[in-house]
Amino acid sequence: MATTRTETTPVSCPTAAGGGTVASTVPVGAVHAEGSPLDWGASLVEGKVVLDETVAPNAPWSAVVRTGHVLTIVDVGGNQSADCLLYNADDPEERYSVPDTLAWQGNAYVRTGTVLRSSEGRPLMTVVANEVDRQDTIGGACGKESNTLRYGHHVMFQHGCRENFLAEALRRGLGVRDIVSNLNWFMNVPVEADGALGIVDGMSAPGRRVAVRAETDALVMVSNCPQMNNPCNDFNPTPLRMIVVEPAPVADDSRSAHAARTAKEGA
Amino acid sequence: MTTTESSTAVPQHGRYATGQAPARARDLHLTDSVRSARDDARAQGGQVGAWMPYLPASDSPYCPPGVDAAALVWAETVAPGGYTHKVLARGTRLRFDDPGGDACAHLLLFNALEPVERLNVADTQKVPWQAYPGQDHPLLSGDGRVLAVVSGDSSGRHDAFCGTTTDAWNERKYGDARPEGPSPSGRGLFLKAAAKHGLTRRDLPPSLSFFQGVRVEPDGTLTWQGSAGAGTHVELVAEMPLLVLVANVAHPLDPRPGYVVGPLRVHAWRGAPTGPGERRFTATPELHRAYLNTVDYCEARGL
Repeated sequence: MATTRTETTPVSCPTAAGGGTVASTVPVGAVHAEGSPLDWGASLVEGKVVLDETVAPNAPWSAVVRTGHVLTIVDVGGNQSADCLLYNADDPEERYSVPDTLAWQGNAYVRTGTVLRSSEGRPLMTVVANEVDRQDTIGGACGKESNTLRYGHHVMFQHGCRENFLAEALRRGLGVRDIVSNLNWFMNVPVEADGALGIVDGMSAPGRRVAVRAETDALVMVSNCPQMNNPCNDFNPTPLRMIVVEPAPVADDSRSAHAARTAKEGA
Repeated sequence: MTTTESSTAVPQHGRYATGQAPARARDLHLTDSVRSARDDARAQGGQVGAWMPYLPASDSPYCPPGVDAAALVWAETVAPGGYTHKVLARGTRLRFDDPGGDACAHLLLFNALEPVERLNVADTQKVPWQAYPGQDHPLLSGDGRVLAVVSGDSSGRHDAFCGTTTDAWNERKYGDARPEGPSPSGRGLFLKAAAKHGLTRRDLPPSLSFFQGVRVEPDGTLTWQGSAGAGTHVELVAEMPLLVLVANVAHPLDPRPGYVVGPLRVHAWRGAPTGPGERRFTATPELHRAYLNTVDYCEARGL
């Protein structure tokens, strides 16, 4: 684990630009082990691709998904939590709301058909296809401060999703007031009969996907979770692939999603 | 002692259709000059309503058992569909009572000194490994600190999943969410309470609620549990200086076709925050570190 390093000898790290390296003493987060199986997948919905990007392990990402467009998130390495917040792109003070999403559907888990609602109770996006049993929106995001409660003060300087959300929000003119409880694609948080709740081993696998359709122009913010103290990324942070398509006018979303899933299972 | 219950001059909430006070009210007031209007206004003082703040708080007719009335800093009965808010010092004890069994106390907490630090429901469920708030459950901020802790609970029926109601929800469920109407939304009330402290909708995170329970079935279904009955209470300790927002509205999942919510009693009194010598301070590793973070913040600020 990179974060356990205590020496001040510079280590060679890849840079963001140009594929170079930099010698650094900064304890950066872990990335997946060499040889980890990666399945880059494809869009769950047919249509014209308007965006196709990779989110590196540990990194934030955001994009505006236009009304009617469908975002497929590919869990490339399997059991990689994609912490996710949604905003009305035209009025970002209206944003994703966990309790509104749950209360409207009367269920604590997110599955195909779940309408992801805003703080005003309005639909922001709808889950149109999903390849894991249930998706989480209870577990919230990790953060350097809350990590101290969960794991001890020695983890204070580890990177976390709250840091990613803040960095990405600030690029978009938003800030700490706009960060609220979130979705965790591909993370598993069961609630047991006595109320016991926690992050346990995931139910996803390399190449599993979820697809969400924008019901309004939606700003989607994602943190590719760097957490190395629980199984939310299988202790092996892997990339995510984000594909936005404009569905073909004649295609019915549910039918094409079903076709895609059938094709995958048949393969 | 007269009450507004029997007074036609002060229509009870929701009794009359909008703008239609009975004609008799006009005849009860002589207001044809400033002097007579002033006398008329002043003659209205001193009445007691079913829901009202009690000032000074030590005059509360409902001082909680075992509490020195002289230590009270907040005493109020919140109307059905009403809201209240207060800034409380660190260490203050805050108690909610549900006298009739139909109250639903939707709660938001902020660090009064830096309101960007506020209740984080996800952390409040995740960090203690427990979905259902009860005795000793910390109400955590997103900054790794304890805003308040549940120090007493005779209800056991609470909810941290469903938040509160929106205008959209109440318009769909009841056909009405007007702020002046019979079925105001909890978010609508929170927005007004927040505005009175300079906060806006950006500052409102998911809330939790006391006195109307919800449980999660194995398949995720949110099952209505409702009230534990009349006469229960919840007590909190403010572990930091708090801005407290309370909305007393029907729970989103309340299955009754009508908008049923009862009065909510609120009392607060001076006290000390949870200290290192107390059992609760080290009850779990997570709670212990949360308290260490909280004390660290407060010590540095001279609180």
